[in-house]
Amino acid sequence: MAATATPHRPRTGTTAAGRLGALARAELVLLVRNRTALFVTLLMPLLMIGSIRAGLDQVGLEGTGLTLVEAAMTGGLGMALVIVVYLNLVPAYVTRREELVLKRLRTGEASDAEILTGTALPSVALALVQCVIMVVAAVAFLGVRAPQRPELLVAGVLAGIVLLGALAAFTATLTRTVESAQLTTMPLFLVSALGSGLFVPLEAFPEKVGAVCALLPVTGVVTLVRGGWLGGADAGELVRAGATALVWAAVAVFAVRRRFRWEPRH
Amino acid sequence: MTSDHHHPDRVRPVHGHAIEAEDLRRRYSEGFEAVSGVTFAVPYGEVLALLGTNGAGKTSTVELLEGLAPASGGRVRVLGHDPYRERAAVRPRIGVMLQEGGFPSDLTVTETVRMWAGCTSGARPTGEALDMVGLAGRARVRVKQLSGGERRRLDLALALLGRPEVLFLDEPTTGLDAEGRRDTWNLVRDLRDTGTTVLLTTHYLEEAEALADQLAIMHGGRIVASGTPAEVTASRPARIRFELPAGVPAARLPLTLRAAQHDGRRVEIRTHDLQSALAGLLRWADEEGVRLEGLDARSASLEEAFLEIARSGAATEPAGV
Repeated sequence: MAATATPHRPRTGTTAAGRLGALARAELVLLVRNRTALFVTLLMPLLMIGSIRAGLDQVGLEGTGLTLVEAAMTGGLGMALVIVVYLNLVPAYVTRREELVLKRLRTGEASDAEILTGTALPSVALALVQCVIMVVAAVAFLGVRAPQRPELLVAGVLAGIVLLGALAAFTATLTRTVESAQLTTMPLFLVSALGSGLFVPLEAFPEKVGAVCALLPVTGVVTLVRGGWLGGADAGELVRAGATALVWAAVAVFAVRRRFRWEPRH
Repeated sequence: MTSDHHHPDRVRPVHGHAIEAEDLRRRYSEGFEAVSGVTFAVPYGEVLALLGTNGAGKTSTVELLEGLAPASGGRVRVLGHDPYRERAAVRPRIGVMLQEGGFPSDLTVTETVRMWAGCTSGARPTGEALDMVGLAGRARVRVKQLSGGERRRLDLALALLGRPEVLFLDEPTTGLDAEGRRDTWNLVRDLRDTGTTVLLTTHYLEEAEALADQLAIMHGGRIVASGTPAEVTASRPARIRFELPAGVPAARLPLTLRAAQHDGRRVEIRTHDLQSALAGLLRWADEEGVRLEGLDARSASLEEAFLEIARSGAATEPAGV
């Protein structure tokens, strides 16, 4: 080791943006080096759109007011959020915790929220990029109408990102190892895929089932996204959907603040 | 040398300490109290070594000082601030090396330092940080391919990245080979010479003796002995050992040395006044014309003091740390 007696000198402080950027950059490198995560992030959403479409052939969309492509593509947006944000982040948080990276980061200047957000940023950015590509591709090549109320669409996607990011952090606290993340992420994934209108629009369900499903965590987000893109949703429905999404997001963030584990169990 | 020269950008109180703990307590949620009323203070620019057996409460104490957890009782100040509640004020001015800290295994050494630098005020350039700990040659290696010692060095590099005023090192040389340990010692000495306050925990007593201005020995969540290394050992008796010559009964030893223990012909005398006890013994041997085989006289070593404290858990009065 070189004997270094560098004098302390006036220092430039770090900013929240700088810290988030540094954490996100490292996490992006890790994502690119992790083949499984890369596969989940880049290919799963596309495969899912294909299977949504195939599934819809069986169900029939009479009475939902949606075409096959519309249902598949709007469900695809929700699927991209669930897969790229939620399924990707749970193992990422668990890995960083078990590697004691989170504990080490907490000794530094980044706040708890910055550590969790910085880790999530690459996945969030990829989810957003995929959403944009899907909307553009659907409008340009598949004859889907352009977003009718873009502000609702954007609000739905952003609410979904906050909600699913927080749910991912909370699920990570219930997950001991990276391997078991495949199990612990299943309940929310399945409930959302089947009950939140990702595969089959809720309008196709019997009324009472649909009413219950409307309260599931991701349903509000999907309703906002679908209403924002295709239009036609009435104001009451949108308000209910927005409220559901916000309440779930608030509950998830609160749970993370209270319960998140920063180091492995002993 | 004034430390102020090295910290021109900050106001340092003339009096006061870089680290203060007062009746500090930490109780875990399961009810176990790991820290049971610890009081000490580290003056600016000094090195304090926190010693103790496993489970003595060293790491639990250090984590309170680092602001990783709130104290369940008492008061803690680092650079005049509460390290837990005023984290934003304290963190940019301290460096931390955990006993077990982690880095993403798939990042290279350079990428790790760069990530850390983005979260560190006034970070040194990456090359300089790696030079300090002798890792410059491993800059492009993934963390998972580093040896345990190299990971310790990387951890140290990150703790030093922001030129901290106060440095917390939890077992900094555990897992290092002899050379690595010596390098780390030199680094800590250099840092102290430039005015950095250091609190380190260690299992190695010679490390504490070599580096620390002050020692505090913990046992069962309390500080049971403290002071300079010389003070801690001075409170322990010195000992004289020899073999009693054949045909000389122990009863013939001078009266002042009667506190002797016998084990066959081997005699051990414990004394707080080594010089006069030894002089008395030698005078007696001279007058009796006997030869004391295996004569060995020594002051208490830190190791002996430590072992005795660990065995008994006996409280001695803190000597002004």
